[in-house]
Amino acid sequence: MKRGEIRVCIIRVGGTNCDAETKRSFEDLGVKASIYHVNEIFRKRELLAEHQILVFPGGFSYGDYVRAGAILAKTIMARIGAEIKAFIDEGKPILGICNGFQVLVEAGLLPGLNGISQYPEAALATNVPSGYRCMWVYLRHENSGKCAFTWLIPRGAVLRMPVAHAEGRFVLPKEKDLFNRLIGNDQIVFRYCCENGEPAEGRFPANPNGSFYDIAGICNPDGTIFGLMPHPERAYYYWQLPDWTRMKNPPRYGDGKLIFESIIKYVMKKF
Amino acid sequence: MKYVARIEVTLKPGHIDPEGETTRNALLELNYPVKSVRVSKVYRIIFETESIERAKALVEEMCRRLLANPVKDDYEYSVEETEP
Repeated sequence: MKRGEIRVCIIRVGGTNCDAETKRSFEDLGVKASIYHVNEIFRKRELLAEHQILVFPGGFSYGDYVRAGAILAKTIMARIGAEIKAFIDEGKPILGICNGFQVLVEAGLLPGLNGISQYPEAALATNVPSGYRCMWVYLRHENSGKCAFTWLIPRGAVLRMPVAHAEGRFVLPKEKDLFNRLIGNDQIVFRYCCENGEPAEGRFPANPNGSFYDIAGICNPDGTIFGLMPHPERAYYYWQLPDWTRMKNPPRYGDGKLIFESIIKYVMKKF
Repeated sequence: MKYVARIEVTLKPGHIDPEGETTRNALLELNYPVKSVRVSKVYRIIFETESIERAKALVEEMCRRLLANPVKDDYEYSVEETEP
């Protein structure tokens, strides 16, 4: 598939606030990205199949009542669950950023150890230390290359992106052996780390939310569904970097570009 | 029949409750001898169905599908008939 033929579907609801940056990042790379209110998708269910990439952007959804992302997740699965499943079965990538990650977990799409789960298999719990954190963090890429969203990034590379959330502490059920399966399936994509790439080991501020095993982003076993708390679309252009005015030769792009470029190249290769 | 359910969703024991801990610290600042604070969420839901058994089954389903995340939340509820 040619770059110019790729269509990206970005879903928004009341409270979404990172849709415009996400669209701009995709379009900078030469693909067509459209923002749809979720009700448009519910009214015209065939819309989803016309796209190759589905994105749940950051922000909030339905006031984040009940739990962050829960209401959008359940509504989507109740209304267009069949279309979402068909999208996944075709190997088309689904990306969830921040609130979008919370949506994917609440919808049972991530970690997705046994396909789509009716109940959440993980949770994004309240930050420890508690409170909303908006700050730049370092991430270590842990995936061996099957994740469609990061396959252009070498394993062990350290990326810099901002986080902005109050509920981003990734937790797994205590009684089950899910963690070993996540490791075994190579589903851990990003871990919070120090600037030099050393593990954050749960310590603030390198790990901004107390996330288990410093997990910042995971994918499903196939590597086609990916959720992360940090915002690649806020680290796309050099002028979004916090220190670009102090750099002698600022780069043209931030590290977030690698995520968008990986997804697009994956779609170009696969379809 | 009309039923009213009172559902309480709490964090599982052992799960860190930062909201509760922050509240505890604030109460300690106010010189109250507080040992622990856990925050929970309460829903009061009114609905119609044919029997109390069915009503309880529906509430159980509501909890599992939306109101609680079984990874981190426990829930308990009571259901009773209410005036039509």
